[in-house]
Amino acid sequence: MLDDFMVRATLAGIGVAFAAAPLGCFVVWRRMAYFSDATAHAAMLGVALSLAMQISIVVGSVMVALAMAVTVNLLTWRGYAMDTVLGVLAHSALAFGLVAVSFLSGIRIDLMAYLFGDILAVSRVDLLVIWGGAALVVALIASRWSALLTSTLNEELAYASGLDPRREQLILTLSMAVTVAVAIKVVGVLLIAAMLIIPAAAARNLARTPEAMAMIAAAIGGVSVVAGLRAAYVFDAPAGPSIVCVAALLFAALGLVSWRNQRGT
Amino acid sequence: MNLVSIENLSVRYGANTVLRHVDLTVEPGEIVTIVGPNGSGKTSLLRAIIGATEPAEGQIKIKPGIRIGYAPQRLHFDSTLPITVERFMRLAERVRRQDCATALDAAGVPNLSQRQMSQLSVGQFQRVLLARALINRPEILLLDEATQGLDQPGSAAFYRQIETVRAETGCAVLMISHELHVVMSASDRVVCLNGHVCCEGTPAVVASAPEYRALFGTGTGGALALYRHDHDHDHEAAE
Ligand SMILES: Nc1ncnc2c1ncn2[C@@H]1O[C@H](COP(=O)(O)OP(=O)(O)O)[C@@H](O)[C@H]1O
Ligand SMILES: [Mg+2]
Repeated sequence: MLDDFMVRATLAGIGVAFAAAPLGCFVVWRRMAYFSDATAHAAMLGVALSLAMQISIVVGSVMVALAMAVTVNLLTWRGYAMDTVLGVLAHSALAFGLVAVSFLSGIRIDLMAYLFGDILAVSRVDLLVIWGGAALVVALIASRWSALLTSTLNEELAYASGLDPRREQLILTLSMAVTVAVAIKVVGVLLIAAMLIIPAAAARNLARTPEAMAMIAAAIGGVSVVAGLRAAYVFDAPAGPSIVCVAALLFAALGLVSWRNQRGT
Repeated sequence: MNLVSIENLSVRYGANTVLRHVDLTVEPGEIVTIVGPNGSGKTSLLRAIIGATEPAEGQIKIKPGIRIGYAPQRLHFDSTLPITVERFMRLAERVRRQDCATALDAAGVPNLSQRQMSQLSVGQFQRVLLARALINRPEILLLDEATQGLDQPGSAAFYRQIETVRAETGCAVLMISHELHVVMSASDRVVCLNGHVCCEGTPAVVASAPEYRALFGTGTGGALALYRHDHDHDHEAAE
């Protein structure tokens, strides 16, 4: 069954969608959309460095994304405004990445594959890495769900319950680094933020509790992967962007339905 | 043993010193009210107690393993985060649905459990915050301007409820309030804060202290009169 590239692509996409769903909810709740962009840009630098040093791309991009996450946390604890820190780090990382790639004259690399993903070329090993990373992220977030949620609601409530909101933020940003790194193959650097944010934003229209929102986001992400891959096959369109297009259409449809319901009542 | 004992606490934000040499203790079952003008460091003091702000100087001793019920001054529910009252109440570990319903009942807001937090009125919201602060049977309640946005009868009822809670559970209360006259009748001790502790004592003592009068000006006499009035009134009603 895993011999079929479409089956591997679907499984890979669903793996990413599952990890992205709960994480994407936190990105939306904490207004960290820019953060996921920044981590993705840092991952581009990771790709370039891994190619230069001939190490695994996933390993390289996880390392750089993790370094990025830790730096951002350290700088914000020292009092820098979050959007300034991200603006500086994200774009510098992308610029250094692109320059680094241009020096890699010896190796012919397909930049497009990293920018937009190459889900149809997912191998068995890739699949293992994606599901391993996704399982790690989902397990981490599930085990600290209440703590993460309390810290997201209010820093003081978290402290009063004996939690350290800075630690919870670190957990979220590290999870983001892992998710971004394993999602590069599936949707590419440019569209990772979309996989995080769009299903969660679409789920907001239907959910009454945080848990429901995460689960609905996972379902929407899964449907987007299956339908997007199918559409890419039928229309001979690029796979990663097609997945994001389906998610965006679902977002628009659900938004419209809830808007009409609100006007009706 | 004191639940909280603070010695010589100073808190700084950068070069800005907002609390200087503050000493404060809270004993079990005591209701202590902090009054002070805006920006006098009241919230910073509570934040230091829960560990959200590092002291620049001095030390804060908290009874080990103490259960704290906290109602923050500002709690904003982002419109992107759907959460029902019940889910919010049960965020803390091991809160049973039954306890949640009981706590909402006691706070005077039954039947709200399935409502969205973002859709509550100001009064309902403050009561839910109190119910949530009470749900893990705290030994000390920290309330930061818990009656903001409530009308006079609303906040009077709120403070009566605090007294009831204290009588029933024996928990100590450390609260910040601007409503001097209402608060005074409910407090065992009042601490007047303005970057440092200006004066401290029973409500009547603080209300007649010159430091307090200097801070709160002409309203002071009225507050004291109201305090006495409320006090007499309660007394008569009880007979
Ligand atoms: N996180 C912060 N960073 C810098 N300054 C702060 C911070 N929080 C409060 N302040 C300053 O500390 C002073 C005391 O604030 P606060 O404790 O909130 O006063 P209050 O609760 O009595 O109104 C104010 O001048 C305020 O501007
Ligand atoms: Mg305050």
